Amino acid sequence: MKKIINDVDNVLTESLNGFALAHNDILKVSLNPNFIMRAEKSKTGKVSLISGGGSGHEPLHSGFVGFGMLDAACPGQVFTSPTPDQMIAASEAVDNGGGILFIVKNYSGDLMNFEMASEMLGIENMTVLVNDDVAVEDSTYTTGRRGVAGTLIIEKVVGSAAEAGASLAECKALGDHTNKMIASMGIAFTSCTVPAAGKPTFEIGHDEMEIGVGIHGEPGRRREKVKRAEEIASELVDSILEDLKPEKNTDVLLHINGFGGTPLMELYLLFDSAANELQKKNVKISRSLVGNYTTSLEMAGASITVCKLDDKIIQHWDSPVHTAALRWGM
Amino acid sequence: MNSEMIIQIIKEVQKAYEANASEIEKLDQAIGDGDHVFNMKRGILAILEIDKELVSLNPGQALNKIGMTLLSSIGGAAGPLFASMFMGMAKVADSKELDNYGTLAEMVSSGVQLVKQRGKADVGDKTMLDVLIPVSELFSELAERNDLSKNDMLRQLKAEAERGMLSTKDIVATRGRASYLGERAKGHIDPGARSCQLFVFTICDYLMDQEENK
Repeated sequence: MKKIINDVDNVLTESLNGFALAHNDILKVSLNPNFIMRAEKSKTGKVSLISGGGSGHEPLHSGFVGFGMLDAACPGQVFTSPTPDQMIAASEAVDNGGGILFIVKNYSGDLMNFEMASEMLGIENMTVLVNDDVAVEDSTYTTGRRGVAGTLIIEKVVGSAAEAGASLAECKALGDHTNKMIASMGIAFTSCTVPAAGKPTFEIGHDEMEIGVGIHGEPGRRREKVKRAEEIASELVDSILEDLKPEKNTDVLLHINGFGGTPLMELYLLFDSAANELQKKNVKISRSLVGNYTTSLEMAGASITVCKLDDKIIQHWDSPVHTAALRWGM
Repeated sequence: MNSEMIIQIIKEVQKAYEANASEIEKLDQAIGDGDHVFNMKRGILAILEIDKELVSLNPGQALNKIGMTLLSSIGGAAGPLFASMFMGMAKVADSKELDNYGTLAEMVSSGVQLVKQRGKADVGDKTMLDVLIPVSELFSELAERNDLSKNDMLRQLKAEAERGMLSTKDIVATRGRASYLGERAKGHIDPGARSCQLFVFTICDYLMDQEENK
């Protein structure tokens, strides 16, 4: 394992310290229990948005703390959900009297820890569950679809609504609505190494790719020989559109997300291939985002996310945001 | 059962995790994401860091404190689930004297019920409950019958834990991270079930040693 590390046990703490130092104009970090909050408290009565999840997906979620998005983020150990004491401490620190909205990716661990925090917390709170990964069957007999790269779109849209004064119930409804408009699916060429494990999570041949991979280096739907970008885009876009069933000329946001080990050059190439596929299907790209936003440590690969747009989602996507990882309009 | 014994058992569990770490890690890497052992070891370490405080508490308080400590140190799905096991056991330990098998079986059953509620899973979902539920049910039944020697009873519970763990091998997971794999999870023992089998074996062995030492 070759990683920039001092001591395996201190990876998370030292990374959080660096993050706090680099972005001290936007946020501050609180340790034991660990959470990241805005440097300046938001206005009284505003709904506070809190998300969290395992570390190793940076900039998700800590990079989205700031004006227009999250009030706080709770980082767990690498690929391990945070614990309820973190969510409770973060909630108490950022509560503005408007209630707390938890944004949770649909994984058993995240769900249970946020659920226990919600039950133990003495502040009014609601939860939006994100499950945009179409690689996983959604049925009453499974844990259900995972929350992946679409999460940041929900954090942006609901964050903007909260900033504009929406109530807790309105924020929750907008989050649930936006979640239904989003579908994602990804592929990986390599595995990734959790620092504490010291070796890759799974073995994969040099000419193979994992289709429908998750964001924790966990295996996906199936394994195949590496294909051309056009063929990858075609399969992913087909699966996504099958789920979203967009009407003709629907406006969408196309988000190409890198998993951490694939260069931007290839991500833009995938954007091109995905755009061609969408054009063939009469879907209109009117907003875009390309980059490493929901990563899986150093895993090579990428995911495609499509979000159907309506006036409300466009308005809240375009509104000003000032976080470590997303910044526009101010 | 007293708090000193609970701490001794946790120390034995720590040793068992050290001895079986690489095997459980392999199971978890096959159908999960490979972090179960680190998370469990971190949780157990957090308990042992406050062992002096725990020993000063009564068993009910100690079990609850252990639950809360696991909840804030393990993370993942295992955190709330193992925490629920201890918090559920604490409910019975708080209100009753732990001086007979009937009450101990009731205590275990209360823990398992809370795990079931939190995990929204049952026997056959390829989870830790494939070990916990049958072992708890057998313990209740044997405690009720009360016709076996202590060591015979413990041997039967171990056999049931082993059977439950092995049963997860041929199940397609419907809960937890292994459920994403569909048919591919078949042929692998569930790491959570293996962890629970480890707990049951360690506890039973500890109690058997006590008997033989007398």
